[in-house]
Amino acid sequence: MGTKPRTPHDSAKRGEELDRDPLLLPVALDQTTHDAEEAHWTPLKIGIWGGISLLGGLSWVMLAVVRGETVNAIWFVFAAVCTYLIGYRFYSNYIQKHLLHPDDRRATPAEYKADGKDFAATDRRVLFGHHFAAIAGAGPLVGPVLAAQMGYLPGTIWIIVGVVLAGAVQDYMVLFFSMRRGGRSLGQMARDELGKVGGTAALVATLAIMVIIVAILALVVVNALADSPWGVFSVSMTIPIALFMGVYLRFFRPGRVTEVSIIGFILLLAAIIGGGMIADTEWGSTFFAIEPLPLAIGIIVYGFVAAILPVWLLLAPRDYLSTFMKIGTIGMLAIAIIIVRPEISAPAASEFVNGGGPVVSGSLFPFLFVTIACGALSGFHALIASGTTPKLIEKERQTRFIGYGGMLMESFVAIMALVAALSIDRGIYFAMNSSPALTGGTVEGAVTFVNSLGLTGVNLTPEMLTETAKNVGEETIVSRTGGAPTLSVGLANIMHQLVGGSGMMAFWYHFAIMFEALFILTAVDAGTRVARFMLQDSLGNFFPKFKNTSWRPGAWVTTGIMVAAWGAVLVMGVTDPLGGINTLFPLFGIANQLLAAIALAVCLAIVAKRGLFTYLWVVALPLTFAAVVTIYASFLKIFSTVPAVGYFAQNRAFSNALDEGLTSFGTAKTVEAMEAVVRNTMVQGVLSILFVVLAIIVMVTAVQATWKSYKSRSFGTNEDDAVASQMFAPSGFVATPEEKKLAARWDTQIAQAKLDKAGRTTRR
Amino acid sequence: MNLLASVRHGAKSFAWFMRGVMGEDAYDKYKAHHEAHDESIHDPDAAACSGPVMMTEREFWRDQTDRQDINPQGRCC
Repeated sequence: MGTKPRTPHDSAKRGEELDRDPLLLPVALDQTTHDAEEAHWTPLKIGIWGGISLLGGLSWVMLAVVRGETVNAIWFVFAAVCTYLIGYRFYSNYIQKHLLHPDDRRATPAEYKADGKDFAATDRRVLFGHHFAAIAGAGPLVGPVLAAQMGYLPGTIWIIVGVVLAGAVQDYMVLFFSMRRGGRSLGQMARDELGKVGGTAALVATLAIMVIIVAILALVVVNALADSPWGVFSVSMTIPIALFMGVYLRFFRPGRVTEVSIIGFILLLAAIIGGGMIADTEWGSTFFAIEPLPLAIGIIVYGFVAAILPVWLLLAPRDYLSTFMKIGTIGMLAIAIIIVRPEISAPAASEFVNGGGPVVSGSLFPFLFVTIACGALSGFHALIASGTTPKLIEKERQTRFIGYGGMLMESFVAIMALVAALSIDRGIYFAMNSSPALTGGTVEGAVTFVNSLGLTGVNLTPEMLTETAKNVGEETIVSRTGGAPTLSVGLANIMHQLVGGSGMMAFWYHFAIMFEALFILTAVDAGTRVARFMLQDSLGNFFPKFKNTSWRPGAWVTTGIMVAAWGAVLVMGVTDPLGGINTLFPLFGIANQLLAAIALAVCLAIVAKRGLFTYLWVVALPLTFAAVVTIYASFLKIFSTVPAVGYFAQNRAFSNALDEGLTSFGTAKTVEAMEAVVRNTMVQGVLSILFVVLAIIVMVTAVQATWKSYKSRSFGTNEDDAVASQMFAPSGFVATPEEKKLAARWDTQIAQAKLDKAGRTTRR
Repeated sequence: MNLLASVRHGAKSFAWFMRGVMGEDAYDKYKAHHEAHDESIHDPDAAACSGPVMMTEREFWRDQTDRQDINPQGRCC
């Protein structure tokens, strides 16, 4: 890489030539070669795609039409994988061809800004793993579990169809556009494309959404660990383990990442096994059984300390551990589901489609689409896709495999979580996921409540609950809301059939809890850090001193503000007399989907600026859907007169009760509890209004920008100037025959160059 | 290719993949980049972006986490 010719290049116009270095091998295949390879349908290829379509179609029929007493989990896997393959092969190809026009003759930021550190070309398969590890977290594991109350079909359709038409489209486009802009962040792109108002609204919305997401993830952990000595012990052991790994990497063996991760993993297993032994002892079961509120305060203190400690000590090592666990466990679960093939006895669409369900309140439309966010469409991914990944991409065409393909993979995780949640008995599912306000937190209360729901085929007995609790090594499983414990029971239910038998169920349960807690604690810590930097940046406009991020008091103050913000929401969720997760989770989904709407709005403006109005529908479709769902959901949350759905309706009901001098109302048994409901619903309602107003501002500015481009027909671009690439790499997971040929020529040339260089050095 | 060779090849590819995904190859990449740019030291652009002196392995890993300190990246939910 000697000289860097810079040629202005308008990407909207195609066919313009980048100067090609005549001494160099081709750095890209011609468009005609790509087209010819694609259009070349051999009988084998036709057979394969015909087979995929048939199998996919059959699986959908088995899920949606046949509906016997039970349905086998394998049909979920086939329906998902076949649909993904077809969506990837045809729809993402369509987007590539008509909207994005990747040009492999252009160097990516990893090439023209290469510094060997932040900007470094990374093999596409490795980067796929990286990107997947960064986007997949607790979200796709928790949302589908809660949505399972609606039956298996609505969630399955939304996860699979949603990802193909919405989620993967967003990730792919944001990744591509950020790559074309040297790896710029979503916030910066919003400012560039939508102007000051839209950009500022996007920034404030992102910050607020971040706070709510961190708070609710923390709430999931608190609900999973409260009164569980085993879980509290093993999860808190991750802190010393991570500290040990951090010191090991810093002082003893720098860079031995895999080695230290394996050591950490073994220690983690020891912590899980040790947790079981300690929970069996008298002192352990009392010392580590912590109630929700003290546990929440513990997590808040932890969040503050973790976010101001240096990265090398806690965040980086735990990140390695979490990546290691993530890839291992998800792979293991996929294999287990395929081998065990559990039968699922839940109905396709349950009694709660029209609302009234105890797990998440509200009807299927719109609340299913906000309950399952990650896995179908997740706005948070736009922050990742405009973060590290675009700085590491080797070639432009690889964005399809990494962006679109990576999101399909996450969707598959969501399907597996859904299958795991559905594989447990429905009665147990509802006993675990109904709030303590409904079950009273006792086995008898849960049995009475669940059986009173009148669900077909559900006949819960107290023995079923005590037996399951005993199997998974917990005191009780009643009202373990938040999704994580249910998923863990499901995972234990599947895994013990493969490894270890029923004696291992408790181990698998706590393994899964650990696995989720690890992701969430990393997300909490990293989210607090990112939010703190955003806040410092904004405060810096008024108090310049805050701009300096290494100024310690400034860092502590801003970290404190961010932790206080999510901590307040967390405490509110934990102490909520109405149950917490069922009222707060919709806020999480709405926040995440609004962020998606913001990201798609930015993409809409960019596509319009490229002058591609014929294909604007590709972005407009998911954007409209996300906008309708979130605005309608917010509308219901704000204006619904049904107290279980509307925050302000609930607020009024409780205020009126207080005014009438009642000392107990609904599930709130004391005046303080009633006052808490009044306070909480007010905060939740105000947050809903804030989110929706900000998102509407962003969308309106995006539509304005799009209209302006349409009217004036003047197409500019905020892309970096094109720089000629000087390297070649295939674009998909498997190289095509033509790509293989060209790659082989490059390999020979590189080998020859190395030989020459070696020759020169010896001669010297 | 006999069975043993293909198993060995598979294991090797897996190890390469895991190394990459965990980010263990970061220093190798940095070194390769730096060495490639050493040759074109006359190019001020290249010299400026990789810095004049190549960091040792220990320095590099410290620098890497220190950079993360001032440039935090979110993890997804």
